[in-house]
Amino acid sequence: MIRFVAQRLLQTIPVVWVIITATFFMIRFVPGGPFTAERAVAPEIMRNLEAHYGLNKPLYEQYFDYCGKILRGDLGPSFKYPTRTVNEIIADKLPVSIELGLLSLAVALGLGLPLGVLAAVKRNTWVDYVCSAFAMIGICIPTFVMGPILILVFAIHFGWFNASGWYGPIDRVLPSLTLGLVYAAYVARLTRGGMLEVLSQDYIRTARAKGASETRVILKHALRGGLTPVVSFLGPAIAGIVTGSFVIETIFQIPGIGREFVNSAFNRDYTLVLGTVVLYAGFIIGMNLAVDIVQVWLNPKLKFE
Amino acid sequence: MSTAETERGQSLWSDAWHRLKSNRLAIAGALVLVVLALACAAGPVFSQSYEEQNLDLGAMPPSPQHWLGTDTLGRDLLARILYGGRISITVGLVATFVALAIGVTYGAVAGFIGGKVDAVMMRVVDILYALPFAIFVILLMVFFGRNIFLLFFAIGAVEWLTMARIVRGQVMSIKKMEFIEAARALGLGRRRIIFKHLIPNVLGPVIVYTTLTIPAVMLLEAFLSFLGLGVQAPMSSWGVLIKDGSEKMEEYWWLLVFPGALFSLTLFSLNFLGDGLRDALDVRASKD
Repeated sequence: MIRFVAQRLLQTIPVVWVIITATFFMIRFVPGGPFTAERAVAPEIMRNLEAHYGLNKPLYEQYFDYCGKILRGDLGPSFKYPTRTVNEIIADKLPVSIELGLLSLAVALGLGLPLGVLAAVKRNTWVDYVCSAFAMIGICIPTFVMGPILILVFAIHFGWFNASGWYGPIDRVLPSLTLGLVYAAYVARLTRGGMLEVLSQDYIRTARAKGASETRVILKHALRGGLTPVVSFLGPAIAGIVTGSFVIETIFQIPGIGREFVNSAFNRDYTLVLGTVVLYAGFIIGMNLAVDIVQVWLNPKLKFE
Repeated sequence: MSTAETERGQSLWSDAWHRLKSNRLAIAGALVLVVLALACAAGPVFSQSYEEQNLDLGAMPPSPQHWLGTDTLGRDLLARILYGGRISITVGLVATFVALAIGVTYGAVAGFIGGKVDAVMMRVVDILYALPFAIFVILLMVFFGRNIFLLFFAIGAVEWLTMARIVRGQVMSIKKMEFIEAARALGLGRRRIIFKHLIPNVLGPVIVYTTLTIPAVMLLEAFLSFLGLGVQAPMSSWGVLIKDGSEKMEEYWWLLVFPGALFSLTLFSLNFLGDGLRDALDVRASKD
């Protein structure tokens, strides 16, 4: 297993490098720079600004400078927030997004798993149909429709929550529900499918024949196998929650890294864009690796290659 | 020999058609889609212009003159939704076609050649799968202007991966089957084998997955439009309408609810139809 992890980590290095390089040059070959957006400044000031940030050097030199800095864990200064470094901005905003992501994941699993198991156990009864209908609704109503509607109903009409902001624990409810519901729907669907397949297998019959209680059969014997499709879905789900956070953070005005990323792209804040892209890529690749490990651990039939 | 072939081919498809017909949800989905598409295609011709303003009205709730109300600029919402639907559906179809073209070609080549080429090509797909692609689409749209053709291409370039995997799996398994060998033994040319025997057998999964790609593509377009990166005014799409509506929903709920509901209805229908087709054509979710 250590070999497997080491091998995968080694494969990751060129991928991250390609991402950094591609993003770096894509940004640079685009018309407009971080300082062109505002009112025109005197050419001399412009030159000073560019010299200060090293933008007057040849492109390849800037590229090597940047790569060197990244290896030291330094993502450079932000162009739009002149007094702050990208590292500081990330350190400031990332915890918010991580909290939102974890809560959404909790919603997805906490709601999706029980519903999926329930639907599989009560197959073809009204319970199953209600669960499946819920799953379809969750999949077909996008977050950017669900979010505003939840605000409209529960914040504006009933006044139970604030319409936006990220202060008290109560402000966590609507955003994480909005982001989590879609994935809860997928998780419910996959759990149902996985459980149905497992429940028809011989070892379940054996467990029942041995006199194990139905709860024990389901929770102890079936769930482990039934979870396999859910675990392999977690990789894409985490990536989806990351990108979903762009919209959620915009709708609910949450000061997270997702909103910062979209703004930095609009502002052409080169270093901040690069920094966040590197962060996201590293995070998602890392999560996929973790998911692969859990998958093998849950299903001994697979092996670490 | 050739009649036997076509008879068998027909029975496969008519079999699927029978199974699909008995799936009420799938048929309902298909009907909704046809009605919506016709309304979007023909509607703007008959109703008020999507740009026609009646500033005296301002934003009015639904009424007999304006079934779904008017927006803050006094424009008929129904006409705007139908017009926006044209763009959303067009993006959905064209970008799916791009994804289809890339995915099928890539998957077919990998599956047909096999061996080391296949291993490398599929490893690339694995790596791309793990990448945060939406991030690149956002960057592309920000940096290279919000051009609708770029939108088609950018979305299509993101959504081809699963298609490539499915087609490759199919080609791999079919090319080893006995009827291909039999065709070869009968002295059929390579082209005839590919067009007469391989492609028809790959078609089922491709059709199924295409129906399921369209909603994903439309979702991505609306997602981008919601962030202000998709279609630009004076054009509009469902994503743009939802974005505008969510900004004004406090006073004018209908501006959010109707476009949102119609968009969700479309996604519902496409998903039901896709699921129905999958059951009818008996395709497993992934074959790799």
